[in-house]
Amino acid sequence: MELIIKNGHIIDPSQGMDLIGDIYIRDGLISKVGQGEKDEGGVQVIDATGLYVFPGLIDMHTHLREPGFEYKETIKSGTRAAVKGGFTSVCCMPNTKPVNDNETVTEFIVIKAKSEGFCNVFPIGAITKRQEGKELAEMGMMRDAGAVAFSDDGWPVMDSLMMRRALEYSTVFKAPVISHAEDLSLSNDGVMNEGYLSTTLGLRGIPAQSEVIAIKRDIELAGLTGGRLHIAHVSTAGGVMAIREAKSRGILVTAETCPHYLHLTEEAANGYNTAAKVNPPLRTQKDVEAVREGLIDGTIDVIATDHAPHHRDDKLCEFDRAAFGISGLEIAFSLSYALVKEGLLPLSKLIEKMTIRPAQVLNINKGTLREGADADIAIVNLDKEFVVDTEKFVSKGKNTPFHGRHLSGLPVITICQGNIRYNFNNDIIMDGI
Amino acid sequence: MEKDLLDIKSATAADIELILNTASSFKDVLSRDIKKVPTLRGKTAVNLFFEPSTRTKTSFELAEKRLSTDVVNFVVPTSSVAKGETLYDTIKTIESYGIDFIIIRHQCSGVPHFISKISNASVINAGDGINEHPTQALLDAFTIKEQKGRIAGLKIAIVGDILHSRVAKSNIYCLKKLGAKIRLIAPHTLIPAGIEHDVAEIYHDVESGIAGMDVIMALRIQQERQSGGFFSSTDEYFKFWGLTLKRLGKASPDVIVMHPGPMNRGVEIASDAADSRHSVINSQVTNGLAVRMAVLYLLDNARPKGFQISD
Repeated sequence: MELIIKNGHIIDPSQGMDLIGDIYIRDGLISKVGQGEKDEGGVQVIDATGLYVFPGLIDMHTHLREPGFEYKETIKSGTRAAVKGGFTSVCCMPNTKPVNDNETVTEFIVIKAKSEGFCNVFPIGAITKRQEGKELAEMGMMRDAGAVAFSDDGWPVMDSLMMRRALEYSTVFKAPVISHAEDLSLSNDGVMNEGYLSTTLGLRGIPAQSEVIAIKRDIELAGLTGGRLHIAHVSTAGGVMAIREAKSRGILVTAETCPHYLHLTEEAANGYNTAAKVNPPLRTQKDVEAVREGLIDGTIDVIATDHAPHHRDDKLCEFDRAAFGISGLEIAFSLSYALVKEGLLPLSKLIEKMTIRPAQVLNINKGTLREGADADIAIVNLDKEFVVDTEKFVSKGKNTPFHGRHLSGLPVITICQGNIRYNFNNDIIMDGI
Repeated sequence: MEKDLLDIKSATAADIELILNTASSFKDVLSRDIKKVPTLRGKTAVNLFFEPSTRTKTSFELAEKRLSTDVVNFVVPTSSVAKGETLYDTIKTIESYGIDFIIIRHQCSGVPHFISKISNASVINAGDGINEHPTQALLDAFTIKEQKGRIAGLKIAIVGDILHSRVAKSNIYCLKKLGAKIRLIAPHTLIPAGIEHDVAEIYHDVESGIAGMDVIMALRIQQERQSGGFFSSTDEYFKFWGLTLKRLGKASPDVIVMHPGPMNRGVEIASDAADSRHSVINSQVTNGLAVRMAVLYLLDNARPKGFQISD
C-alpha cells in the first residue's frame, strides 16, 4: 500500500458507485475500493471524513498556449491550475504557435507535459494544416504521437467538403472530430451576441444562427459520413435543439458546454467588460435555460472549461481588440456544482459529465475508480464556501467575469497516478511528475 | 452632471436640458464682436482623434479656444500609436501632462468608456465606432428647439444608414428622452437589431415614411456599405430612399431638413432638398460650437478639482 483515502463519500458514475468507504492505491493504480482492509505500516493515509471522492475530473477543452504563447499560459502553469480545480486530465487545443498540426508538436507537448506537468495532458491535433481549413493535417501520425481528437478550435472548418473529408478520414484513427461550430460569414467580425444590447453598445453582433447553422451542417455531414462528431462549447437554444434532434435520429454526435454558458448572459459584457468577451459569445437568458435543459436531459454530454487564459494586456484595451476567452479551470467545478445546489442536476450526473463521459467521447482509459485504473482522484469539500479572487489564480490567465462571485464546492486534494498533486490544506502543489 | 460625456444613453433629460440652456448663453457670446471668454483659462484639452475628422475636430478646437482653453491636438498617424503603443499607454502618457479634458474619437465603440475608467480627466466622446456621437445629438436637439420652439410631441424621421450611424443612435436616445416621436426610414439591411425598443415606428418606404413629419434627418451613406451587401448601388439607394424636394412635399409644410455632414449630394439627399428653405444644415454647424462650449463648461464644473494622476 502506498496511499489510502479513508472514509470519504465516494461517487463514481462509471460503475454506479455511491458509498462511504476507502480507496487503496498501489503503484499509481487503484487496488481496491471498499472497506475493512487493515492499514499497513508506512502507508500515507488521507482522512476524507466529510469529504467527497470522485474520479479525477477531465477537461476535454483546454488551451495551454504552449508552444508559442507562453506569456499567456504554459503547460506547467495550466496544469497547475487544472489540479487546483480538481482536474487530473486536460486535453489541449492545437491553436498554439506553431499550430499542433504535426507529430513533432504533438510529441513536444507530450514530453513537456511529462517533465513539467502536474496532471495528464492529452493533445488535440488540428483538423487542417495551420488550421487554415484547406488541407488535412497528418491525423494518423499525430494520433500515434498521442493526440486523442482533432479540432481546428478557434476557427471552424468553413469548407463543407473539407469537413466531410475530415469526418471520413478521422474514422480510420478512431478519434472524434471536435467542431468549433461557427459560420464566420454570419459572425462578420462580431464581438458579442447580436441583439438589442449589442445595438445599444454599438458593438458588432454575432447572431445565434451563426452557431446553429454550423451545428446543423456538421450534424448532416456526420450523418452522411458516419464520422464521430463532437460539438464544442454549445451556447445557443437552437444548437441544443439541433443536437437533441440529431441524437433522436441516431446520428453519432456528442456535445459539450462550458460553465459560463450555464450562468451568464450577454449582460455580463455590458459596460464594455472585456472579461466577458468570449467566443461563442454569452447569449440570452433563454439560451442559458436551454443549455441547462440540454445538460439535464443528456443532450449535452460533457461540461468542459474552454479554459482560455490571456495576458492582462490582451484584455486591458478596446473591446473590439480584446482577446476572446475566459480562464476557467480553477472554478469550473464549483460553477458546475451550483447546478446541483439549485436542485437541477443530481451530483452523480454532474460528476459523470466531468469524468467518464469525456473519457468515453475521447476513448481514453480515464474517469473511473475501478480497480486497476490509474489512481486519478479528486477530493472535494462540497460545503466549503469561497469568493472567487482572480489574484489567487495559479493560472497565468486572470481573465474571468466571475471575479467576486460567491461559490461553494472546493476541490481540496487532487491525486494524479497515485501522487498528491494539490493539497488545499497546506497549500502544497507538488512539483513535477 | 457627471465629469464625462460618454453617451446620451445614460444621460438624464435634466442633463440634456441643462446643456441646451447653457448652450443658449454661449450662442449669445458667439454673436458678439469679441467671441472669446476667459471661462476655462488655464485648463488644457487634448483632441485625441483616431479617425479622420474635419468638422467635429474643428468645432471642438474652436469651442475650446473660445473658452480660452489651451489646446493640444494629438495627431494619430505621426504619434507613437503608429509604432504600436497600446491605448492604455497613450492615455497614461497624455494624462501625465496634466490634462483636464480628453476629447476622443475612435473607430472602436466603448473607447471613451475605457478611457474614463483609467483617467481622471473629463472625457468627451466625439464619436466612438458605431455607438454614439453625443455632441452631435445635442446640437441637433438645440437646432430643432431653436427652429420649432420645442421638441416634445414633434414627429421626427431619421432616414438612412441607422445601423452604422452613431449620430442616429445618439439622436434616438436624446430625442426620445425629450419626448419626440421617432420614426426610422431605411432598407431592412440598415436597421440595427432590437432598435424597435427605442423608436415609435420603422418604415422601409420613404414616401409614406416622410408623410406628416416635422423634422427629417438624413444620414450619410458610405460607399463601402455597398460591398457589404447593405444595398445594391448608390443610384438605387437614391431612387428609393434619397431625400428630394418633391418627397419633402409629403411632410409637414414647415418641415426642417437636417444632415450631420458631410453630405453626399445625389445619394442620400438631392441638392434641391439640401439647399431648400427647409434646410437648417448650416445652423447645425454654428450651434455645434455653442453646444460644445456648454459641454466643456459644465463638465469642468462637475470634475473634482485638483490635479491628480490616477493609478
